[in-house]
Amino acid sequence: MTPKTLFDKIWNSHVVPSIEGGPEVLYIDQHYIHEVTSPQAFDGLRARGIPVLHPNKTLATADHNIPTTDQHLPIREVLSRNQVNKLAENCREFGIEHFGLNHPKNGIVHVIGPELGYTLPGMTIVCGDSHTSTHGAFGTVAFGIGTSEVEMVLATQCVLQSKPKNMRIRVNGRPGHGVTSKDLILYIISRISSGGATGYFVEYAGTAITSLTMEERMTVCNMSIEMGARGGLIAPDHTTYEYLNKIPAVADRHEFKSMLLRWRVLKSDEGAAFDRELEFDASNIKPMITFGTNPGMGMGIDETIPEGDNTSSFFKSLDYMGFKPGMKLLGHPIDFVFAGSCTNGRIEDLRAFAGLVRGRQKAKGVTALIVPGSKRVEQQAIYEGLVKILNSAGFELRQPGCSSCLAMNEDKIPAGKYVVSTSNRNFEGRQGPGARTLLASPLTAAAAAVTGRITDPRDLLKD
Amino acid sequence: MKFDILESACVPLPLENVDTDQIIPARFLSATSRTGFGENLFRDWRFDKAGNKNEAFVLNDPAFKGQVLVAGKNFGCGSSREHAVWAISDYGFKAVVSSFFADIFRNNALNNGLLPVIVPEDYLKYLLELINTEPGTMVRIDLGKQSLSVLPDGEPVSFEINKFKKECLMKGLDDIDYLLSIKEMITAYEFRNTLKR
Repeated sequence: MTPKTLFDKIWNSHVVPSIEGGPEVLYIDQHYIHEVTSPQAFDGLRARGIPVLHPNKTLATADHNIPTTDQHLPIREVLSRNQVNKLAENCREFGIEHFGLNHPKNGIVHVIGPELGYTLPGMTIVCGDSHTSTHGAFGTVAFGIGTSEVEMVLATQCVLQSKPKNMRIRVNGRPGHGVTSKDLILYIISRISSGGATGYFVEYAGTAITSLTMEERMTVCNMSIEMGARGGLIAPDHTTYEYLNKIPAVADRHEFKSMLLRWRVLKSDEGAAFDRELEFDASNIKPMITFGTNPGMGMGIDETIPEGDNTSSFFKSLDYMGFKPGMKLLGHPIDFVFAGSCTNGRIEDLRAFAGLVRGRQKAKGVTALIVPGSKRVEQQAIYEGLVKILNSAGFELRQPGCSSCLAMNEDKIPAGKYVVSTSNRNFEGRQGPGARTLLASPLTAAAAAVTGRITDPRDLLKD
Repeated sequence: MKFDILESACVPLPLENVDTDQIIPARFLSATSRTGFGENLFRDWRFDKAGNKNEAFVLNDPAFKGQVLVAGKNFGCGSSREHAVWAISDYGFKAVVSSFFADIFRNNALNNGLLPVIVPEDYLKYLLELINTEPGTMVRIDLGKQSLSVLPDGEPVSFEINKFKKECLMKGLDDIDYLLSIKEMITAYEFRNTLKR
C-alpha cells in the first residue's frame, strides 16, 4: 500500500462516495456553531422547509459578541442581545444542544469543544469560524467554513470541499526558557508569511511539537489559518490519550478502550509524500512580537523592525502602527494588555500569566483585560488561587468570551492605543477601530502588564 | 443569480493581504440577515471616525466605478465570516480579481455568486497599473471560456475554477440542492460507518 499522510487518512475515510465526476462530498463528524455565523443558516433551513439532519452532531455556544462583565444582566447592546437570543431560539426549534450565556459549560467554541470531550482524534470537525483549526491538536481534520456551508452541514451533515494539499512542518530541538508554543507558531508564520500556506493542510511534527502539552498544541494549530492554511493537525499520542483520559465524558464511554486502539493508525506513514516540507530549529526561536498588521509581520522581541519588501502594503501597515523600519520595540510603552481568546485563553495560559505577575504589580496606566476561555477555565482559575494572585497584583479576571480578540462586544481598545495581545490577529481595527495590536505570548503579555513597556519576559523570569 | 459574461469597468485596490476585518469590521456582524452589509463595506477605509468620507479611498473616487474589484494578493484572508462576501456583493461587485484568494473566502464567494478570478501575479500588476493610469478601463470576464481580457482587444488570460462550481454559477444552482439530491448516498455512508465502528 502507498504510504499515506495522517491528513489523507482522515480525509479519505470521510469522503462520501457519490456521483462520478461530481464534487468531493466530505462527511462531518462534529459541528460547532455560535451566535454570529449561524442565524442566516437557520433561516435558510426554514426557507427550504427542512430539518437539521443530525441535531446531536452539532453543539452551540454563545461566545463572539457577549460581554465579559455582568453576564447575569441582559446584554446591553440590542443587536448582540438579539443575536444571542436568536441562537437560543434556533437551537430550541431544531433540537440542538446549546451552552448559552451563564450555562456552566459556556465558553469560546474552540475551548469548550476539546475540554468537554466533543473533539476526538480522527474526526472531521467544522465551525463557522476560521480558528476551528484549533481542534487539529487532537489529530482531527478541522477547518473553518462560511455560513452557507454551516447550512449545508445542518441540512446534510456534509460539505462540498476540494481537497487541500499536504504540507509538513517539522520543528526540531527544544525551545529555550520563556519561549512558549505561541512564540513557536508566531515564528513559523513570520517565516512562511500570512498567505504562504494557502491551499495546504499542515501537519506539525518534530520533537518541539511532540513535547508540547495538549493546550500548547491547540495554540499552534489554532493559528494555522494565520498563514493561510486550511487547517493544521498533530498526530495523537500518549499526551493526547492522557488528556482525554481525564475527561469523564470520554474516559467513561464503554468503547473508550476500542477507540484508543483505533486511534493508533492516526499518524503519517513512513515515507508518506507531502507536497511541501519545511523544517525549523526550535533553539533559534525567541519570544516573538508582531510589529505590523498581519500575523506574518513578527520578529524576535529583541530585534529591530525589518526594512520590508518596499510595497505600499508594508508602509501602510507600519504607518498604522506608528512604527518605522529599523526601530527596536523593546522598551516601547504600551497602554493595554489582553490575555485570552481561543489561542491563549486556557488554564495553562492563565497559570503562565499569573506566575509572572505574582509578587509584582500592574504598571500604572496599563489597562488589562484578562478573559478566561470558558466557565470551566474560570472556575479552575478560582480553585487554583490564580484569581487571588491576579487580584493582589492589581488585575482582575473577567467572565469568559471572545472579548477583545475581535472586539464585537464592549471590550474595544481605543484608537491609537497599543495593546499587547495573546490573541491571533493584529489586523487594522481588529481590537477596536484604530487599535494597534502587538501579538505575543501570555508571558510577554504579563511582562508588558507589569512594566508598562514591551519587555522580554526572560528578563523577569530570571529572578 | 446566474453568472455568464460580465463586461465592466474596474475598481483597483492595490493592497496585499486585505483581510475580512477590513472588508467588514466585526462590529457590523450583529445582523441576523444577509442584506445591508454593503453600506459598511471597507467601513474604516471609506469613512473617518466621524463618519465623513475619506476622499483618498478608491470607493470614494468618482473616477473608479464598476462591478469588478481588482485587489492585491491573498485577498480575503483572516476570519471565515461570509458577511465579507455579502458586503462585497451587496455593494454591487460581481467579481473580484486577484493573484490568489484565501481559501475560505473563495468558497464563500462561490457559494454566493461572487466570482473570484485568479490571474498570474504579473498580469495582476499590469492590470492594476492599467486601471490606475486609465480609469474606466473595461474588462470582459467570460466564465464559460474561463477567461478575462481588457476591452476592446486585450490578450485574454485564462483562469482556473472548479468544474462543479462553474456549473453551479452558470446555472444559478447551490451546493445544498446538490447535497440534498444525494441524500441516499449520505445515508449509505453513515450506515457503513456505524457497522465499522
